[in-house]
Amino acid sequence: MYVAAKGGERAIENAHRLLAHERRGDKNVAELRLDQISEQLSLAVDRVMSEGSLFDRELAALAIKQARGDLIEAIFLVRAFRTTLPRFGSAEPINTGDMRVQRRISATFKDVPGGQILGPTFDYTHRLLDPALEQGFIPEEPAITEAADLSTPCITDILGSDGLIEPSPQGAEITGDLTRDPLRFPAAHDVRLQNLARGDEGFLLAMAYSNVRGYFRSHPFAGEIRFGEVEVEFFAEDAGLTVPLGSIELTECQMVNKFNGSAKEAPRFTRGYGLSFGHSERKTMSMALVDRSLRARELGEDVVAPAQDEEFIMSHSDNVQAAGFVEHLKLPHYVDFQSELGLVRKLRQEFADANEALLVEEAAE
Amino acid sequence: MTQSDIQNIKRKALMTVLAHSVLSEIAEHLRAISLPAYENLREPENGLVMLRGRIGGDGAPFNLGEATVSRAAVRLASGEIGFGYALGRNLEKAKLIALCDALLQSQEFAATLEEKVAAPLRLRLLGRRQRRAGQAAATKVDFYTMVRGEATS
Repeated sequence: MYVAAKGGERAIENAHRLLAHERRGDKNVAELRLDQISEQLSLAVDRVMSEGSLFDRELAALAIKQARGDLIEAIFLVRAFRTTLPRFGSAEPINTGDMRVQRRISATFKDVPGGQILGPTFDYTHRLLDPALEQGFIPEEPAITEAADLSTPCITDILGSDGLIEPSPQGAEITGDLTRDPLRFPAAHDVRLQNLARGDEGFLLAMAYSNVRGYFRSHPFAGEIRFGEVEVEFFAEDAGLTVPLGSIELTECQMVNKFNGSAKEAPRFTRGYGLSFGHSERKTMSMALVDRSLRARELGEDVVAPAQDEEFIMSHSDNVQAAGFVEHLKLPHYVDFQSELGLVRKLRQEFADANEALLVEEAAE
Repeated sequence: MTQSDIQNIKRKALMTVLAHSVLSEIAEHLRAISLPAYENLREPENGLVMLRGRIGGDGAPFNLGEATVSRAAVRLASGEIGFGYALGRNLEKAKLIALCDALLQSQEFAATLEEKVAAPLRLRLLGRRQRRAGQAAATKVDFYTMVRGEATS
């Protein structure tokens, strides 16, 4: 039961004032500027854009600052902001094959056409804390090589030309949009990917981990991971023209999984796909693994593990929803609790009475 | 290809360069042109566009997430109508893109716009892209094979 209660306004107002004060921290330390967050905490910004499901670096940086670096709170702020703007429409599907790659690696083919381009990566670093970063570190200028030809065909196209891997599902239609339509099961592939793309990285990572540890027998290979800039185009009705909007950075992961075939189908490789805003390989790899395991129904695999259960995955992947439900428990539940308290007191009384009666009975015997 | 197809290709090429440039760069180069009178046909506004990917990179589309977009439309006193769209929330930038799009369609201004605004901004954009590509290319792996044991020659 919910009962309106008044009071606490001044306490709340003062609590928010205190929050603003604590957020600012020691005033002798320079205040963070948004461009500092955007430029130097760029992967945090990428994560907030991905899971906030809104590409806008400045807004994500502002959200991170306002949330004192609590990324889930920042994601919540971004999600709330997006509801304040009208939607002009939908962009043309992005062609990741035309990406200007900053990084592109394959764990399946050493001599992949286009080459293994490492780009800016934490891979192969020693993970030792670097005291040089404590103050005033000026990095060396990056090395530059004349880029003769950076065309980088997709790994899946190379496998696909021999029929060794399944083709991607074709179609022109979007079946649903989670920002407008409620989640329904069974969910179509496009809706699943939308859900995973805005899903919590930690949750997807854990599900992907369970998936490769044995809770669904998956044999994945990272066919390809690429990161770089892609062009965004939009059909502008007023102009009667497809107009360029600029470019955004994306990370894409193509996971390749073994499929033993069935009575009707020859053995071949299957795909799992991950795509996300900014530079976020852990997220896209996890997304690709979970995308593949969620295809159990379609591929006739037994659903035995959480990572194969679309209702379980899709209902729990959203950290704004999850945090909302878990954290609402700290809001006043005084009346709820009073009734529980009354009930427990009554039950305890009944328990005590019954025990007493038993003792009296035993004594009488 | 019709005349209007060619015109549209030119307009898109210009919009691409402008969408990738920052407001201060566009404004700075536009100062070299004595602009004609124009009015706002659509007041600059911010909104969202849903971005889409493709399943498997080349399959059916899916909704990836939204992006902020600014748009505007202007009409020159001589009648040409220009449209401006760009990622982000920069109303002035959308307006200047719309203005450039209108100028491109005007006999009187097209050549000056190309010379004073489009060409230098295109050069700057290509330079940025080339530098980024060169930096990525420098991280390309050159494999060499270690020969085991004695050479067999």
